Amino acid sequence: MDDTLFEFLLRQGDNTLVLGHRVSEWCGHAPVLEEDIALANTALDLIGQTRMWLGYAGEVEGKGRSADDLAYLRDAWDFRNLLMLERPNGDFGHTLLRQFLFDAFQVPHLKALEDSSDPRIAEIAAKSVKEATYHLERSRETVIALGDGTGESHARMQAALDLLWPYVGEMFLSDEVDTDMAQRGIAPDPASLRQTWDKTVTQALTDATLERPEGDFTHRGGKTGEMHTEHLGHMLATMQFLQRAYPGATW
Amino acid sequence: MYAQMVKSTGQGVKSLDEMDPQERAFQERINRDEKIEPKDWMPAAYRKNLIRQIGQHAHSEIVGQLPEGNWITRAPTLERKAILLAKVQDEAGHGLYLYCAAETLGVSRDELTEDLLSGKMKYSSIFNYPTLTWADMGAVGWLVDGAAIMNQVPLQRTSFGPYARAMVRICKEESFHQRQGYDIMMKMANGSDAQKRMAQDALNRFWYPSLMMFGPSDKDSVHSAQSMAWKIKMNTNDELRQKFVDQTVPQAEYLGLTVPDPDIAWNEEKGGYDFTEPDWSEFFDVIKGNGPCNVERLAARNKAWDEGRWVRDALLAHGEKRRAARVVAAE
Repeated sequence: MDDTLFEFLLRQGDNTLVLGHRVSEWCGHAPVLEEDIALANTALDLIGQTRMWLGYAGEVEGKGRSADDLAYLRDAWDFRNLLMLERPNGDFGHTLLRQFLFDAFQVPHLKALEDSSDPRIAEIAAKSVKEATYHLERSRETVIALGDGTGESHARMQAALDLLWPYVGEMFLSDEVDTDMAQRGIAPDPASLRQTWDKTVTQALTDATLERPEGDFTHRGGKTGEMHTEHLGHMLATMQFLQRAYPGATW
Repeated sequence: MYAQMVKSTGQGVKSLDEMDPQERAFQERINRDEKIEPKDWMPAAYRKNLIRQIGQHAHSEIVGQLPEGNWITRAPTLERKAILLAKVQDEAGHGLYLYCAAETLGVSRDELTEDLLSGKMKYSSIFNYPTLTWADMGAVGWLVDGAAIMNQVPLQRTSFGPYARAMVRICKEESFHQRQGYDIMMKMANGSDAQKRMAQDALNRFWYPSLMMFGPSDKDSVHSAQSMAWKIKMNTNDELRQKFVDQTVPQAEYLGLTVPDPDIAWNEEKGGYDFTEPDWSEFFDVIKGNGPCNVERLAARNKAWDEGRWVRDALLAHGEKRRAARVVAAE
């Protein structure tokens, strides 16, 4: 088995799985009907992408595990998503800001993956980038509107930004998996995406009248699986309930 | 059904001869199956009734997101999760078209929403029942959407143009949802013993509430005649309920499930099933607010609305600032 490729694919699929799950929690509870529909759309895109990433991960692993097996039958320590994405939704502004900080990474990341030496990855990226571009457009506009909107919305968005900032650095950390992927032309080194991300985020924060927090401390460990937040286990307890309670059933 | 118990504001149905010329011309257009459009003259009571009916229908879609939304985060596979999420999203979309249709009658979405949240306006009683197992996602699609379609297919021909056109689109999606619901039931009914038990339990709990969706029996429904004359109601409650039972009993048999009514029997003479009426005292209790989930459903809608206020205010304020900036730039 190609261990590093499998690991890389889990990271992609777990990011979209975990974020898609969080976003889906909003369904029926958003501040306004149009936003409810848009959040459901985003979650649907992410779940669709998860099926592609984890489906391919299962094939690379070669043990007969399907995308569902990987999503529903692994415990927290086997998850490889960014910590930021497993954190609870908070208010609507926090949810959209987290989405924006991730989308601003994901779009250039997927664009680079379109040129992957692995044709399956290039194909998944080409499908996903169209959706991610739309997500970025929408999350960026919403963050700007809420940052700029009223005194209350500005304060809430600044608080959300301060809370999320110590998690953004994890997106750009590289380890031996990333080095191997970069050397084989499969995926870009995440550190190389920082400049594009900075440009997108700085411009949006300026338009949103939000202050970029100081400091570059970052929580880490989600992507490598060394450390997760306490929140992930609860998410999995909910998400995996039926598969765990009724093993082997067909749904 | 989705708009059950809409009280007509008319004082009984007038004959054409009793109407003034304007009202008579209006009724004659309806009799010729012409569509009434928002800018056309219409009796005040017709407008009021339609606002209530379309508003109730829209609210049912919005509150109806909650019982199914309850299982989105617990859907058993990625595919099931995507299907369920898309379905609940469609319901939000239906709510949106219906509020738009109501707005053409001169009431705003916010006004209607406030009336829902205060409990002044109702939504379908079915959504005050809980969804307890995954089989309920099947039962809701199969029975609740099945009952909804029974009512909504004829409403595609309703006299008010925007409502009829919204119904055309909604019906297409609802029939898709019903097939998805039945597909879940098939998987469950052919699955493990636990799954079969869940499927039967879901049918047991949703059968009578689904029959209630059509509203009280015709003999107790004093407001139907005017709505039928205006073609904003196309069939009587009992006709639709009979049609629903006739369609659903064979489907339950095919699933190997038992309809929880020992007296159900085919009646050759009437060409339909005899069945036991639902317990109407339960129905009126639920309508009054005493269903298993009335409090939770309204609380969830109120919470979303209250906690979303700052977002709506901010989006409006930002829009205003942008408009003002454009005006300055243009000067």
